[in-house]
Amino acid sequence: MSNPESDTFDLQNLYDESSDHEPESRKVRLKRAIDLNALAPARVASDDWRALLGGAILAVFVLMGTVGVALVDKPTSGDAPVLAAPFQALAYPFGTDVFGQPIHAQLIHATPGIFKMIFAGAVVSVGFAAVVGVLSGFKHGERIDTILMTFTDVVITIPGLPLIIVITAIFQPENPYLVGVFLGIDNWPGLARTVRSQVLSIREESYVEASEIMGIPLSTILRRDILSQLMPYVMINGAITSRRIIFESVGLYFLGILPFTTFNWGVMMNLAYEGNALTRPEMLHWMVFPMLCIFLLSFSLVLLSQGLDSLFNVRLRARHANTTKKDASHTSQSD
Amino acid sequence: MTPRYLLKRLGQALLTFFVTITVSFGLYQAMPGGPTEAMKSVILSQSGSTGMDIDRLNTLIQLYTNVNPDQPVHVQYLNYVRDVVLYQDLGRSFFKNEKVTTLILQRLPWSMFISLYAFALGYSLSIILGVLTAYKEKSRFDSGVSSVVIALNSIPYYIVGVVLIYFLAIEQSYFPVGGRIGSGVPVGYNPDFMISLVKHAALPAISMGVLATSAALSMRGNAIRILGEDYVRVAQLRGLRDTRIATQYLGHNAILPMYTQFMIGIAGVFSSAVIVEEVFSYPGMGLLMFEAVKTQDYPLLMGTLIVFTAISLTAIFVADLTYSLIDPRISVDES
Repeated sequence: MSNPESDTFDLQNLYDESSDHEPESRKVRLKRAIDLNALAPARVASDDWRALLGGAILAVFVLMGTVGVALVDKPTSGDAPVLAAPFQALAYPFGTDVFGQPIHAQLIHATPGIFKMIFAGAVVSVGFAAVVGVLSGFKHGERIDTILMTFTDVVITIPGLPLIIVITAIFQPENPYLVGVFLGIDNWPGLARTVRSQVLSIREESYVEASEIMGIPLSTILRRDILSQLMPYVMINGAITSRRIIFESVGLYFLGILPFTTFNWGVMMNLAYEGNALTRPEMLHWMVFPMLCIFLLSFSLVLLSQGLDSLFNVRLRARHANTTKKDASHTSQSD
Repeated sequence: MTPRYLLKRLGQALLTFFVTITVSFGLYQAMPGGPTEAMKSVILSQSGSTGMDIDRLNTLIQLYTNVNPDQPVHVQYLNYVRDVVLYQDLGRSFFKNEKVTTLILQRLPWSMFISLYAFALGYSLSIILGVLTAYKEKSRFDSGVSSVVIALNSIPYYIVGVVLIYFLAIEQSYFPVGGRIGSGVPVGYNPDFMISLVKHAALPAISMGVLATSAALSMRGNAIRILGEDYVRVAQLRGLRDTRIATQYLGHNAILPMYTQFMIGIAGVFSSAVIVEEVFSYPGMGLLMFEAVKTQDYPLLMGTLIVFTAISLTAIFVADLTYSLIDPRISVDES
């Protein structure tokens, strides 16, 4: 191979031409890509109740954070009677708190902040994990792999919550995006390791080896063979990471460690808990509704990640592919 | 277990510890206005006097934080590391005006107690449930337990704690609302004291144990995979009892791949003490950290971070050692 540049080009062409099918037009390829990446998962998803239910709940929250914010006024003190019970008046269906602010309006106005946090945290941690994982997986055995994995292991073993508490206590982040980034700090290493082991196992596949022998450039192999296989993992882990970020951010607001600047479910819980809502039945709803919101949002994310897993996990899919028909007739299956 | 593997693990633990100390030192430097300014305002507000000359202030800062702002940064850093590693000197608390190590050592056993309680509870339950659900895959029992586990995974452990307090401590008063031991219970090896101890720790441990239940799902996944293996089929054909197959063939082989999860789980359960102890007002290390955040007691805050890390590292290291004793494969395939 005196001139690798032209060689690779020729080989790639040769590969495309020598395959049985004739070269496809861009349109056909696009159609197939859509079918493979969007329609097929959607078809399988409609079979999976977990993905459906999770998606539906998540959609409700997205609506709350977008349309809801526009429809419902920002609550202020004295909007309504103090500590009204829930399900009594249409103006405040979930009742009000000790300041006379309607609970439902507070819940709705907290959602954009939550989504901003989730977005920032998920993008930072998943992105970072993907870069570290792919890089060290591909440079397996080289120094950079060792360095990256040592770094990953170090961050994995530093206890995440105390570290985040120290950092947020010192920097007192107020911007939801910044809070998300801080919370993302301890969320990437686990995913980075998963991505790396995935890359390692894909690398061993014969078709990747074949591409390598043919001299197809690394970037093409990465894009074609590796990234497409990694997307499921990244998506599933995006959902799991989001759930952790909700848990941690709401928890830190609940403890009062993050500064109270916006409406947040954790802030509501904090105020209610500090006001001894647990022992005062007339205040209990102030505590219960934010808790329900946290539960529903993270439940939807867990369901979604579970549903996506059954979509993408080839092993599970293969295992269940031939059992789905049997399921319908409810035959007990045994291995 | 090869000595090389052991050394590698030990080295990794030490490296992590140094990184944490460095982070802690870096945070002192990164404080808004720098360490001197941040400390100065706190010390001045503590002492109540306004006129204090700079030398005396620097001496005080050095006493509290082990960082002398007079010296160049690298000297400060080396001194800081030396104090932590050689003299276990983490500085003095601003508020309690006592050595940070003394304060932490008083609280540490309590946190370890509830964490180990939670770890044992959560993981043993999830291992048993994981194997059982896999063995009865697709039965009503499987879908029931899996749904409950998924739902539990969607509830933050601190909310589980709040709910437990409400139903089991306030409504029914089976358990105390908070604290470590009942008032008026004589300290010592007597049944009253023991019962009080366990009762006070039960609810925090259960709510932390919820963190570990996600292991049930991965346990189930592992076990399902192993069910398809030949040796399980051979065991079934040999007519071995179900219980024996479930425990010896399934259980044993399915626990092993969960190695990493356990290690991270230990650290996760332990560091969740910060939130749980505040919810249950259980005076352990977590509550100490929480108080440090509230009072801006930076030396105490950094001290708890370093000790949290040290404990987690020790736990993981011990788990590492014992694990390779249980699983001969670990030491072999560890590259």
